[in-house]
Amino acid sequence: MEKINHEQVQELLNSYQNKQVYVHVEVTSGMYASHMDEQVFNAGMFLRNVPVTYTQGAVKGGINGEFRVGLKLDNGGWIYVLGLTHFEVNENDEFIMHGFNYDGKLATALEISTKEFFK
Amino acid sequence: MEKERQVLVIFPHPDDEAFGVSGTMSRYVDMGVPVTYACLTFGDMGRNLGYPPFATRESLHSIRKKEVEESARLIGLDDLRLLGYRDKTLEFEAPGHLKGVVKDMIDELNPSRIITFYPGYSVHPDHEATAEAVVAAVSEMPAADRPKLQLVAFSNNTLEDLGEPDIIVDIEGYEERKEKIMAAHESQTGPLLRTLAGNTQESEAVRQMWMKNESFYSYDID
Repeated sequence: MEKINHEQVQELLNSYQNKQVYVHVEVTSGMYASHMDEQVFNAGMFLRNVPVTYTQGAVKGGINGEFRVGLKLDNGGWIYVLGLTHFEVNENDEFIMHGFNYDGKLATALEISTKEFFK
Repeated sequence: MEKERQVLVIFPHPDDEAFGVSGTMSRYVDMGVPVTYACLTFGDMGRNLGYPPFATRESLHSIRKKEVEESARLIGLDDLRLLGYRDKTLEFEAPGHLKGVVKDMIDELNPSRIITFYPGYSVHPDHEATAEAVVAAVSEMPAADRPKLQLVAFSNNTLEDLGEPDIIVDIEGYEERKEKIMAAHESQTGPLLRTLAGNTQESEAVRQMWMKNESFYSYDID
């Protein structure tokens, strides 16, 4: 993965616009967060293989290397992810954005693909 | 450590065997005991993608599959079973489903000892779901036929509630092999291994924790 390049990521977001895509969306503190530190509240979510169509998508931010991505859906809904730092397009043509925290652990993810992700 | 007819190790994630159990598994293998390791998921929702990251959410399952296969090779296993459930989702499978999976393996393998997590004391919901499924499957067996349970507990209230572990396996002589097994899970263990290889007090503490003994609790169904 490489650090997010604003221009490249914006171009990739544009390329998936107005067609049905599958998304993987994830935010996680990890299952062990409150085990390691009782002051930390465990929270997390993932959505996987949800089909959506977005009419506009944008990458914003970048201060300290952290970006936000918002996708406006064709029914007026939204997908929003904060804290993305890295991206790649893998050998299966899946557009992957990850956010790594200061310990190098995954904190957030947004992935877009025209085909379903591995089950 | 007695010679067993067959040992069955059941964990949900590809590195669950590495830290607390792989020395014990290696010792059984070296005694000539057949050891089966059933790993229920590929750990594909893990947060560690390497330091610096060399995996993604999408490549993690194949990377961790290779890692656990290498771990099994180093332990000397000839029966590694990867069941392919999705990480984090075990507790949401249909009620009784995992118990059925465990029961089928018990019926097939007739283990005299099962190593898994301790229900209520294993922190991660996948660990708990695995532990509950094993205890439920064994509970349904006639008492005389039940394999012995050897369980891993590590929640913060373990010592307070359960007391000291009653099964201590000395793994002296297995340190190098165990370190290689832990290193096989490269995507998960990078920083820990650097600590282990270091020359600091922290390094010594980590060696004391993982490289001398492996500790378990026995568990009576009734």
